Amino acid sequence: MTSTTIADDTRVLHHPKTWVGKYVWSQDHKVIALQYSVTAVAIGLVALVLSDLMRLQLGFPGALKFITPSAYLQFVTMHGMIMVIYLLTALLLGGFGNYLIPLMIGARDMVFPFVNMLSYWVYLLAVLVLVASFFAPGGPTGAGWTLYPPQSILEGTPGRHWGIILMLASLAIFVVAFTMGGLNYVTTVLQARTRGMTLMRMPCSVWGIFVAAILGLLAFPALFVAAVMMMLDHVVGTSFFMPSLVSMGQQTKFNGGSPLLFQHLFWFFGHPEVYIVALPAFGIVSDLISTHARKNIFGYRMMVWAIVVIGVLSLFVWAHHMYVSGMNPYFGFFFASSTLVIAVPTAIKVYNWLLTLWRGDIHLRAPMLFAIGFIFTFIHGGLTGLFLGNVSVDVPLSDTFFVVGHFHMVMGVSPILVIFGAIYHWYPKITGRMWHAGLAHIHFWITFLGVYAIYLPMHYLGFLGVPRRYYALGQTAFIPHSAQVANEFITVAALIVGAAQLVFFYNMIWSYFKGPKADSNPWGATTLEWQTPQTPPAHGNWGPKLPVVYRWAYDYSVPGAPQDFIPQNVPPDGVARHHAT
Amino acid sequence: MGIVRRLTEKPWLAPGLDPSIDPDPDGLRTLPAAAVGLRLYFGVATIMFMLIAVVMVMRMDGHGLSTDQQPDWKPMFWPPLLWVNTGVLMLSSAAWEWARAAGRRGQMESLRAGLVAGGALAVAFLAGQLTVWRQLEDAGCGLTATTMSAFFYLITALHGLHLLGGLTVWGRTTLKVLAGGEAAEVEQSVDLCAIYWHFLLLVWLVMFSLLLLNRR
Repeated sequence: MTSTTIADDTRVLHHPKTWVGKYVWSQDHKVIALQYSVTAVAIGLVALVLSDLMRLQLGFPGALKFITPSAYLQFVTMHGMIMVIYLLTALLLGGFGNYLIPLMIGARDMVFPFVNMLSYWVYLLAVLVLVASFFAPGGPTGAGWTLYPPQSILEGTPGRHWGIILMLASLAIFVVAFTMGGLNYVTTVLQARTRGMTLMRMPCSVWGIFVAAILGLLAFPALFVAAVMMMLDHVVGTSFFMPSLVSMGQQTKFNGGSPLLFQHLFWFFGHPEVYIVALPAFGIVSDLISTHARKNIFGYRMMVWAIVVIGVLSLFVWAHHMYVSGMNPYFGFFFASSTLVIAVPTAIKVYNWLLTLWRGDIHLRAPMLFAIGFIFTFIHGGLTGLFLGNVSVDVPLSDTFFVVGHFHMVMGVSPILVIFGAIYHWYPKITGRMWHAGLAHIHFWITFLGVYAIYLPMHYLGFLGVPRRYYALGQTAFIPHSAQVANEFITVAALIVGAAQLVFFYNMIWSYFKGPKADSNPWGATTLEWQTPQTPPAHGNWGPKLPVVYRWAYDYSVPGAPQDFIPQNVPPDGVARHHAT
Repeated sequence: MGIVRRLTEKPWLAPGLDPSIDPDPDGLRTLPAAAVGLRLYFGVATIMFMLIAVVMVMRMDGHGLSTDQQPDWKPMFWPPLLWVNTGVLMLSSAAWEWARAAGRRGQMESLRAGLVAGGALAVAFLAGQLTVWRQLEDAGCGLTATTMSAFFYLITALHGLHLLGGLTVWGRTTLKVLAGGEAAEVEQSVDLCAIYWHFLLLVWLVMFSLLLLNRR
């Protein structure tokens, strides 16, 4: 009755013989992880190009003739939606979740390998439907990534005919794919841990992904319901969200709907989504810092509890995205309070990362550089979050570039830096080759300094009152000329940072073929994925016997130990431990 | 208690928990993975239906704007067939429970009968729901006629799709049983299907009452 993958038995795993069975219709979590990652990065590159096009319009208005006002709005919308959902969510959970969970908890695979495979193919379908909207008559929707009705489906909004339908369909399909994946990740963590791997011996990465997956399962239904209802409003003419209104001089057929209901549903998904992206990043960065500083993570239990508490709290803050929607002041007070309370567990995490670094044996390799870079950008984005979490400060800053600067720092740049760090960290395990350290350093420094060049001036623009999502400012009395100069500077920086990513891709592809062979555990890490018998891990991960876990994931620099790390599957030698705790 | 103890464990104190003495510290693992996955899915589906219910209640209170500044919630024609359908779904759930109990006792005959009855009654329920849709259309209460009918169609459609998903598992299980499979082979499928059917019955009863009470 129990799942076959947790039993110490390889016979029941399917063993495909053909190339197609191994790499296309694969049920191996590692192959599915790579399929997810490659698809997510590919669609993410589209979003990167869109952002550079937007920047070209803002920096040099009218210089590129094909960027019309409609096209600009479509770029804004697609950039946002792709980055948040189809890149970050898919890469962190579908990519890293799939690769790391079974390997880190000592399982042979996910508990439902077939559903796992299905999850990827349904995700691919969602991406293809989204991409199709670029080629549909009228192009993709230009309603902004929040897709607020009534404007998103009314005449005058770009992509009103086909773009919005394809977008809503794609989102609904994505939710189905995510649900299949999410159920798998959660059940695998609950059911398939190897002997000795108690919950509190799991590495922080698994904890982050685990709680994020639960959060996704609770939050994505809201997006699904919102997408289906808006689709009905648009296609068959119901009035869930659409109020009675006159559009282009014509009385519409809608009556009595409430756009605010959509906003509630959207943000009931939208805010936890921030943490669906952030929690895996929190977990992964903890492991990067601990491994490359050769120190146990400071306050492991606090780190785990903080992840859980942040996950729970994030379900109670959604309306802080709606302060300007005309809400009851008491309502705003509640949501401002719950928002600011999240700062407590988050600050615990930040302090613990810093205290892990404190007097550590820090190796400034690329993964560590990106992890430290993350601490900078995350503190920065978190502090501006305190501004926006307060109703009275948020109202004047709402819909300005300050908001754009804030959320790009906190949930754009920060998770992306962790993703880069994580790719550099696990690349030797995934491919069996080592990347070029010099190129990785160049990539880090251009990216890290570049994102500050891009997003720091945006806060200044926001204070000037420059609104977001505007195609061009024209002659606006209260906006000085310096705003345009800042915009030009940001654009140049964005183009440089965008181009610098080519260094990363070159490094990854070149190293895959020509890089030096990597050791099975080049960083001296303790977690189980580095202890596999083969590198890259073979199908079934562990050879004939599953590993047995005897200790937590952070036995670094243990006094008296022969090496500065003790893998989780090394049995105790009977010598009593002398920890200060 | 167990979960608190596990989450407050001090993992840095090796050897701490010794896998050779305490090989399976986690009570949850006595359940098969599919049962855990299904229970998690109940959480997802509950959230989905709950959100629809919340939106419906908010929408009903005239949360939006209509031309005459009056709440636009109008009563909907209520086909009596809905009562029959509800009864059929209850019987379907009961048949599954019967099949499940028979499976535990290893009585193949009863299991087969319960399985066929459970599935057939679910199909009858779906046919009944489609007939209700037809009756609503005929009475001028189609999908777009009133907001209440829009919610009614949305809820019944999503509920019906869930039942349809259950029926695919039912189809596979029934084929296995009719081909002469043993009770042990299908025990898990029958068990999970029975729980799933009870869950869908519960969802339907809650949604049905909510709609019923708000016919105005």
